Amino acid sequence: MTYDNSVLTVLTFLPLLGAVLILLINGDDHEIVNRNARSAALWTTLGTFILSLSLLMFFDSSTAEFQFEVEREWLGGNINYHMGLDGISILFVILTTFLMPICILASWEAITERVKEYMIAFLVLETLMIGVFCSLDLVLFYLFFEAGLIPMFLIIGVWGGARRVYASYKFFLYTLLGSVLMLVALIAMYIMAGTTDITSLIEYDFPAGVQTWLWLAFFASFAVKMPMWPVHTWLPDAHVEAPTAGSVILAGILLKMGGYGFLRFSLPMFPVASDLFTPLVFALSVIAVIYTSLVALMQEDMKKLIAYSSVAHMGLVTLGIFAGNIEGIQGGIFQMLSHGIISGALFLCVGVVYDRIHTREIAAYGGLVNRMPIYAAIFMLFTMGNVGLPGTSGFIGEITSLMGAFKVNSWAATLATTGVILSAGYALWLYRRVVFGELEKGSLKTILDVGPREIIIFAPLVIMTLYLGFYPASVFDITDASVQNLVNDYTAAIDAHQDISTAAN
Amino acid sequence: MLYKIIVFLPLIGALLAGLFGRRLGDRGSMLITSTLMVIAAILSVIAFYIVAIAGNGPQNAVTIMRWFDIGSFEADWALRIDTLSVVMFVVVNGVSSLVHIYSIGYMDHDPHKPRFFAYLSLFTFAMLMLVTSDNFLQLFFGWEGVGVASYLLIGFWYKKPSACAAAIKAFIVNRVGDFGFALGIFGIYMVFGSVEFDVVFAAAPEMVGKTFHFLSWDVDILTTLCLLLFVGAMGKSAQFILHTWLPDAMEGPTPVSALIHAATMVTAGVFLVCRTSYLFELAPDALAVVTVVGAFTAFFAATVGLVQNDIKRVIAYSTCSQLGYMFFAAGIGLYEAAMFHLFTHAFFKALLFLGAGSVIHGMSDEQDMRHMGGLFKYLPWTGTLMIIGTLAITGVGIPHSYWGFAGFVSKDAIIEGAFAVNTSTSDFAFWMGVTAAAMTSFYSWRLIFLTFFGESRAKPEVLSHAHESGWVMLVPLIILSFGAVFAGMVFQPQFIGDHAHDFWRDAIYTVEHGALHQLHEFHKNGPGWVFYAPFIVMIGGLTWAYLWYLKWPHIPASIVANNGLLYRFLLNKWYIDEIYDFLFVNPAKSLGRFLWKKGDGWLIDGFGPDGIASTVMATTKRIVQFQSGYLFHYAFAMLIGIALLVSFYYAKTLGAF
Repeated sequence: MTYDNSVLTVLTFLPLLGAVLILLINGDDHEIVNRNARSAALWTTLGTFILSLSLLMFFDSSTAEFQFEVEREWLGGNINYHMGLDGISILFVILTTFLMPICILASWEAITERVKEYMIAFLVLETLMIGVFCSLDLVLFYLFFEAGLIPMFLIIGVWGGARRVYASYKFFLYTLLGSVLMLVALIAMYIMAGTTDITSLIEYDFPAGVQTWLWLAFFASFAVKMPMWPVHTWLPDAHVEAPTAGSVILAGILLKMGGYGFLRFSLPMFPVASDLFTPLVFALSVIAVIYTSLVALMQEDMKKLIAYSSVAHMGLVTLGIFAGNIEGIQGGIFQMLSHGIISGALFLCVGVVYDRIHTREIAAYGGLVNRMPIYAAIFMLFTMGNVGLPGTSGFIGEITSLMGAFKVNSWAATLATTGVILSAGYALWLYRRVVFGELEKGSLKTILDVGPREIIIFAPLVIMTLYLGFYPASVFDITDASVQNLVNDYTAAIDAHQDISTAAN
Repeated sequence: MLYKIIVFLPLIGALLAGLFGRRLGDRGSMLITSTLMVIAAILSVIAFYIVAIAGNGPQNAVTIMRWFDIGSFEADWALRIDTLSVVMFVVVNGVSSLVHIYSIGYMDHDPHKPRFFAYLSLFTFAMLMLVTSDNFLQLFFGWEGVGVASYLLIGFWYKKPSACAAAIKAFIVNRVGDFGFALGIFGIYMVFGSVEFDVVFAAAPEMVGKTFHFLSWDVDILTTLCLLLFVGAMGKSAQFILHTWLPDAMEGPTPVSALIHAATMVTAGVFLVCRTSYLFELAPDALAVVTVVGAFTAFFAATVGLVQNDIKRVIAYSTCSQLGYMFFAAGIGLYEAAMFHLFTHAFFKALLFLGAGSVIHGMSDEQDMRHMGGLFKYLPWTGTLMIIGTLAITGVGIPHSYWGFAGFVSKDAIIEGAFAVNTSTSDFAFWMGVTAAAMTSFYSWRLIFLTFFGESRAKPEVLSHAHESGWVMLVPLIILSFGAVFAGMVFQPQFIGDHAHDFWRDAIYTVEHGALHQLHEFHKNGPGWVFYAPFIVMIGGLTWAYLWYLKWPHIPASIVANNGLLYRFLLNKWYIDEIYDFLFVNPAKSLGRFLWKKGDGWLIDGFGPDGIASTVMATTKRIVQFQSGYLFHYAFAMLIGIALLVSFYYAKTLGAF
C-alpha cells in the first residue's frame, strides 16, 4: 500500500464510507438525526475534496501516462479493477469533489424530508462519479457510469418537484436506450480484443468497419448524456423537477460524462469512425447551439432556461472535441469544467430565490436587486460567465473550442458563433426580468438577501470563475501533455487509415 | 512600472468602491475613485510626453502575466506602449477623471454612488486594457469589458424599464459586431498561426493577394479578415446598420454618455482600425468598405440629428456622425487624421455632453428641448461653454490654415484628405462629409438656440428651480473647453503635420507616399474651393438654424404640424428599429416558441419518450397495479440493477470463452 496505488481507491470509496456511517445514524429525535446526517455528509465531502487536492500536488503534468494506477484481479477473464488518472480525467475528479460540499451546503435548509436518505444518495452518487473518471477498465467504467443513474434517478424522483414522476421517467428512458447499446458494444469489444482494459483497448486496432458500429453504440450513450440535439429533451424536465443540488450535479458533472466518454473512448479507440462521423457531430452541435438558444429565449421557467442554455453550451464542447486538434479538445475540456462551475452556480442562484418564494416562474419575479443587492451582483457575474464574457472562464472555453472548430470547418464554427449573440439575448433578458425593475410583487416585498451560508456556497464558485478566466493556463498546463498525446495518436491513426485507403485504390 | 500604474489605478478604485462601497461610504468611494483617476490622468500626460513626444517608450510590450498557451495559440496579459496607446491614455484617463469629478456633483441625489463610481472606474480599466493590448484576445477582453461596463451603466437606473431595455439592446447589438470580430480573430489565428500583433503584422505583407477557404468560398485573406474585424468596429462605434443602440444608450446617466458613449468607448472601433493599419493598409477593398460605411454614417446620422427633440439624442446622433468621419478618414488611409479627430472630438463632445448634463441637472431632469428656451440667463456658464463646444464641433476656423477650434483643424483635414486622395470611394466620402458638415452646423446651433435662446417654453415650476451647476461640475467643463479650443491648433503638427512621422513611428503603418503625404501635397497646390467648402456650408447651417429657430420659428413649427413624410421618416430614425424588430427580433421569438412547442414538444417528445412512455405505461398498468409514484420508480431503479447484473453475468461468462 503506497499513496500512489491506493489513493484512487480511497478517494472513490470515501464517500461511500460516509454513506454507510450516515446509515448508522439513528435516533428518535428527527432533528438531531437530520443534523448529524448533514454534518457527516459535509465533512465526508470536504475530506474527499481535500484528498483530491493532494492528487494535484503529486500529479506529474509533463507526461501523458496514467498515474496513481492501481490494478487488481477482479472478475477474472482479463476484467480487472484498474484505475488511474491522466491529464484529461484528473480535473473532472477535482470538479466532482469540488462541487459536492457545495451541493451538501445548498441542501442544508432546502431538504427537510428524508434527510438521511438524501445525503446517502448524494454520497453514493459521488463515489460513482469519481469512479467513472478514475476507471481504466471498461466494465468498471460501465458499472460506475450506469449505476450513477440510480441515485440521480432517486434524487429527482423522491425529492423532486411536482412532475418528478414524469421527469425521472423520461430521464431513465433516454439513458437506458443509450446504455443498452453501449453494453452491446462493450461485449463486442471484449470478444474481439479479449480485454476490457482501457489502456489496452486504446492500443488495439479495431478494423475500420467495426469502428463505425462501435462508435455509433457509444455515441448513443454519450450523446444522451451530453445531451446533444435531438436527444436533449429529458434535460429540461429533469432539471426543473430536480432539487437544486441535484441540478448542480446534473449540469456540473453528469453532463460531463458524455464529453469525457468521447475523449476517453470514441476518439482514441475509434479514430477512423470519429473522423467519419465528424460532420454528423458538427451538424448536431450547430443545431444544438442555435436551436436550443432560440428555445431558451422563450422559456418561462428559470431552470428550464438554464437547462436549455446548457445544451447549447455542450454543443460547443462536442464541436471542440470533434475538431480533433489541440485547440478544440483543450477548449472542449475547458468548456466542460467552466460550464460545470458556471451552470452549477446559476442553478444555485435559482435555488436561492426558489427557497424563498417557491416558484421558478420568471414572471413571479422582478426587481430583486432592490432587496438583494449581493445576490444581484453574484447572479450578474455568473450571467456574464454564461454569455462567455472575457475575464470569466466561460470565454476561454468558448473561444478555444470555436477556434479549434474553425480550423477544421469554418461553416460549423461560424454558425456556432452566432451563439454569442443568442446567449446574450436569453441570459440578459432573464436577468432583466428577475433582477431589474421595480419591486412590485407583494410576495417579494420581504425577501431577504443571501445569508452567510449562501455566501460561503457562492464564494468558491465566484473565485474559480474569475481565476480560470484570468489564468486558464493553470488548467491547460495540466491537460496539455495528455491532449497532445491524444491528438497525435488521433491524427496518426487517421493518416494511417487514409494511406491504406489510397493504397487500396 | 509607470504604465502598469496607469492601467491598474482605475481597477483598484473600482474594486475598492465596488466591494467596500458600503464601508467607505459615498464620500469615501467618490474621493478614492476620483483621486486615483486624477493621478492616472496626470501620469498619462507624462507617459504621452515620454513615449510620443520624446520617443523614449519601451521597446517591447510590458508583460504582466501569462494568460494561456495552447500550442501556438498563446496570449499574455501585456501592455503595448506606443504612440497610439498613449494618445488613448490621455483621452481615456483625461476625460474619465473629469467625468469622475463632474459626477460628484451630478450624482449628488443618487442613492447608489459607490456602485456608480465603481462602474465608471471599471469601465476605464477595461478601456485601458483595450488600448494597450498586445494581442487580439486581450483586445477582445477590453472590447467586451467596456461593453459590459456600458451595459451596467446604461442600465444604472434599473427601475426604469426603458433603461433596462436600452442596456440589453446595447449589449446584444454589440455582440452582433463581436460575432464578426470573433470570426476575424479565428481567421487571423488560422492564417497566421498566432494572435500576437507583432507576429501577425510582420507576416501580413506575405499574405497580400493570397486566398483562403472561408465558408464555401476561396476569398482574399486580408480583405476578409479586415472586413470581419470591421464588423466588430461597426458595432462598437455605432456605424450604420449597427448604430441603433447608441441613441437608446442615452438612458444612462449623462456623465456616462459623455465618457463612454461619446469620448472613449465608441471610438474603440476607430482605434481598432488604426491599430490594425498593418492589415487594413494592405487590403484596399476592405478600406473602400470602411470609407463608404463611415461616410454614409456621417451623413445618415446627421439627417436624423436634424429633427430630434431630446437634447441628449441630438448629441448622440452627432457622435455617430462624427465617428463616421473618423472611419472614412481611416478608410482613405488617413489613420493619423482619424486619430486626431478622435482626440479632439473627445474634448468637445465630452464638453457638449457634460454641458447638456448641466442643463438637465439645472432643469430638474428635463431633456426635451421643446420645454427649454431662453435658458442662457439662468445657466450663463453652461451656455457659454456649450457654445464653445459648438464652435468646435461645427468647425469654426480660418480656411486654408490651421487656426481654428479643435474640430475645425481635425475635421477639415479629413474632408480635404478625402478630396486629395481622389478615388471613387473617397470622392463619395468627400461629398458626404461636406453635406454632413452643413447638417452638423444646423443641428448643433439648433440645439443651442432651442435651449438657451428665444422664448422660454419651460414649465414654470421647472423654471423657478432652474439653476447653474456648482463648481464641481463647471470646472471639468472649463478644462474641456480649453481642449475644444486649443487641442487642434497645438497638436496639429504632431498628429497630422510635419512632425507626424516622428510622432507616430511604428504605431501606424501606411504605404509609401500614403494619404497623409497626399494631403500635405494637396495643401500646397490643391484647388481653393475645397478648403472653403466646409467653411461655407458651416456658415450656411448656422444661418439656416438662426433663421428657423430664432427669426421665424413658425416655419419649423408648421413642418412639425404638417407631419410630412420626410419629417416622419427622419424623426423615426429611418424606421430602422422597426425594420429590425420585424426582421430579427420577432422572428427569433416566434421561432424559439415554435421550436420549443413543436420541435421539442410535439416532434421529439411526442414520437420519442412520451410516445414510448404512453405505450409502456399502458402495458405496465395492465400487468402491475402500482398505487404510488415512488414505488413505481423504485421498480425502475431495480430494473436497472437487473440490467447491470445481467450484464456482469454476461461479461463474466464471455470471459470464460
